Amino acid sequence: MSLRIVVTVKYVPDATGDRHFADDLTVDRDDVDGLLSELDEYAVEQALQISENSDDDVEITVLTVGPEDAKDALRKALSMGADKAIHVEDDDLHGTDVIGTSLVLAKAIEKAGYDLVISGLASTDGTMGVVPALLAERLGVPQVTLLSEVSVEDGTVKGRRDGDAASEQLEASLPAVVSVTDQSGEARYPSFKGIMAAKKKPVQSWDLSDLDLEAGEVGLEGAWTAVDSATQRPARTAGTIVKDEGEGGKQLAEFLAGQKFI
Amino acid sequence: MAEVLVYVDHVDGAVRKPTLELLTLARRIGEPVAVALGAGAESTAAALAEHGATRVLTHDAAEYADYLVVPKVDALQAAVAAVSPAAVLVPSSAEGKEIAARLALRIGSGIITDAVDLEAGDEGPVATQSVFAASFSTKSRVSKGTPVITVKPNSAAVEAAPAAGAVEALAVTFSAQATGTKVTGRTPRESTGRPELTEAAIVVSGGRGVNGAENFGLIEALADSLGAAVGASRAAVDAGWYPHTNQVGQTGKSVSPQLYIANGISGAIQHRAGMQTSKTIVAVNKDAEAPIFDLVDYGVVGDLFDVVPQLTEEVKTRKG
Repeated sequence: MSLRIVVTVKYVPDATGDRHFADDLTVDRDDVDGLLSELDEYAVEQALQISENSDDDVEITVLTVGPEDAKDALRKALSMGADKAIHVEDDDLHGTDVIGTSLVLAKAIEKAGYDLVISGLASTDGTMGVVPALLAERLGVPQVTLLSEVSVEDGTVKGRRDGDAASEQLEASLPAVVSVTDQSGEARYPSFKGIMAAKKKPVQSWDLSDLDLEAGEVGLEGAWTAVDSATQRPARTAGTIVKDEGEGGKQLAEFLAGQKFI
Repeated sequence: MAEVLVYVDHVDGAVRKPTLELLTLARRIGEPVAVALGAGAESTAAALAEHGATRVLTHDAAEYADYLVVPKVDALQAAVAAVSPAAVLVPSSAEGKEIAARLALRIGSGIITDAVDLEAGDEGPVATQSVFAASFSTKSRVSKGTPVITVKPNSAAVEAAPAAGAVEALAVTFSAQATGTKVTGRTPRESTGRPELTEAAIVVSGGRGVNGAENFGLIEALADSLGAAVGASRAAVDAGWYPHTNQVGQTGKSVSPQLYIANGISGAIQHRAGMQTSKTIVAVNKDAEAPIFDLVDYGVVGDLFDVVPQLTEEVKTRKG
């Protein structure tokens, strides 16, 4: 038996940098460093753990859609231990919305071949958290999402989903789409050996024509949503800051009372 | 007037507050038609009618509890076909966003998630979103199909607006995908008696400075004195001091209360992403240089073990 896992990852602007919008209201990627979305590291980690716990022959492919620099995100995942990588890159992808992104990912996943897709719970830039559900819908396979625990055995994926009202045990047959939360297990650091090995691992590049997609189906033109304006929030006006000299709690209560919270 | 579908989040017939907020927003763009599914669906009608639902479409089947997400998508799709609405609004919970996304794709429509405000526009509803850790505010609309928009809790005030709320049975045929993901077990979350974190008007949070699970009692006592929910920073959750379900931040819950009180939280960007849209922000921290103080309306530089109990006592005294 063999198990083919595709891990979707995203290259995102560093949240500690100064993120802003370009003139066309897409995210400006030129002025801020990018990196592998932190939440996707958990997806890579769970793929590696499934592989380590399996008697089957497991192959882990990391997949990203993004500009040239997005290769950095793939390299990070390869250095953690993934086997190979696919980079979908095309100038016509600029400005693609979430519906378009799910289309490109689904086409690439089908072309690559898969038994299991693993994603993070959301990207750290768009933070929508809907790509895994969209992939399940497009691929016509079960979604087993937002898992804090995941295991795969005998063609079945099981996991625990911690929702607002309840914690649920889930189960589905493969093929399936899984997403994992930051509670699923700390992601490993790449070892020096892993980093060296990653340099020799294959990274395939596909463009839209490789996926039988037309420019108008994706990109800003193909987007099903439009951003009309983006306004930087004014900096908060400086608040009152007091040093506690024995009365700090009372002073704070006075402030809260003045604001009618008490 | 155009009808607007509102997906109802309820627990055995008890409608959760974000749905009532959605009804207020829905009235700005049309006549709200509510869709309530699963056990207790019909008993949501009174609360929904009181807040503006002209019709309440209901359907109950075991599938809603026994399988994940897809049965609800099937039902909402049936409602869209029956009503031809001007928009579909769904509460921005994790499940709500998944339902909305799959629905949008099926009906060939764009989707906007985590709106914090909604207004009528010339080309359909315009959604305001707060992005990049609330450093930017964007206005967006759906440019293809029937707008599907998920809205965050606390984005509008709940307003009473009595309407007919006529209960009608929704006809639903489940898709082949509906039974793909089985729910084999369910453990309801134990109620703490405190408000739901994402819905609360006041949130009291603790971070690294709380320095141990045993000390979270101080944070809980302050929360209880104010009728608030309890939050925790990722540092506190990762240390095992407080449950993950209470985590506020980029990888936890995003909150937008009237008042946020951060105790022993430095204010890393990941935490700020989850609380920066709070209306009034207060912090207590020993470190005068902590970035949280850049956000506050009122800050106390001091030891939370001195300040928080004193504040709690003072709140209790003032409230009598």
